[in-house]
Amino acid sequence: MELLEFDYPSANRRVNKRSHVGVVGSGEMEVLMEPAETGMAHVSIRTSVDGFGRSWKGVIDRFFSKFDGAVRISINDAGATPGNVMLRLEQAAEALEP
Amino acid sequence: MSDITFSPAFIGRQSFIELDARERATALMDTGSSHELVGPFDRIESPWLPMQGIAPQSDDGCVVLKGTIAGRPAVVIALEGEFQAGSMGEVSGAKMTAALDFATRDSRNGKTTAAVLLLETGGVRLQEANLGLAAVAEVVASIIALREYAPVITVTAGTVGCFGGMSLAAGVSSYIVMTPEARLGLNGPEVIEQESGIDEFDSTDRALIWAINGGEQRVAMGVADELSEDNVPDIAEAVRKCIQAGQPAVLRSRQIELYRSRIKSINTSIQIEPRSLRQLWAGEKE
Repeated sequence: MELLEFDYPSANRRVNKRSHVGVVGSGEMEVLMEPAETGMAHVSIRTSVDGFGRSWKGVIDRFFSKFDGAVRISINDAGATPGNVMLRLEQAAEALEP
Repeated sequence: MSDITFSPAFIGRQSFIELDARERATALMDTGSSHELVGPFDRIESPWLPMQGIAPQSDDGCVVLKGTIAGRPAVVIALEGEFQAGSMGEVSGAKMTAALDFATRDSRNGKTTAAVLLLETGGVRLQEANLGLAAVAEVVASIIALREYAPVITVTAGTVGCFGGMSLAAGVSSYIVMTPEARLGLNGPEVIEQESGIDEFDSTDRALIWAINGGEQRVAMGVADELSEDNVPDIAEAVRKCIQAGQPAVLRSRQIELYRSRIKSINTSIQIEPRSLRQLWAGEKE
């Protein structure tokens, strides 16, 4: 299992809601999004599949090129593909909006 | 394109099987009545899985909703079949046991609270070994305590089914609701094949598995109570019916002599078939 952490200081728009989507099933993952008390976005990932840090960074960077919420994101992953990761992030972000 | 003039009934169905554990639990409760206890943001998760390189889940695959069903107080406890095959670990077991015990306490104090267990599970979580076994024992004890005061209803809809130690939890429930897609049994087909050989049970023979463990057979044998299509309103109605019926006059798991005599009456010199077992077992059900 690998632990990955990323920070996005430019994502600083206040959010008030939290959201939870997905299940840690084979080839799937869950995302928890909640307001970050530090005023900027943090991402922590726990994945059962080791050695894909660069792919994770690529997908999360791309997500934050379009999303600016100051959220704490926690991901538990059991081998989701990059496309699936992006879909789950977008789904969780959508559930944060009023 | 021409207009579609006919579509089969199943197209209009609202599948229960396709829902995750939280959606299933919510779908069975009165709209707007439920709130979750020890939810994902409380992060009460398995401490044992990360030690073995497995990503845990923030609710440990066990969802507890408190609310009402048909206007009566109820707790729905749902296992997530997609996470570690719905297996029972220390945390998911503690959540289920605590929820059942609170329902027993409320029921004793005059607020009768039924429990609905949504079991999609292979049984004990092997990664948590003895703690998982202890969890199943506690769940069974808590069901037996609660069923004296309020009905405990097990729903197994599929597609994981309900096997292993948790089939005992189903067995001591007041009622069992199944879909034709669901399976219920103590040892799963692959376990039987592994232990006794392919001559005993061929775990690739889907028709054989469903003829023995499937919902239709289980209800026809009288070891489960309600057969419902995989449709949310149908399953919700079956659960409401059980809650409104209250406690059964005689609990199935107390009918020890009845089942002992049935087992005794089987002629083991010939191979018994699912259909003949159904006839033999149907007894007072038909």
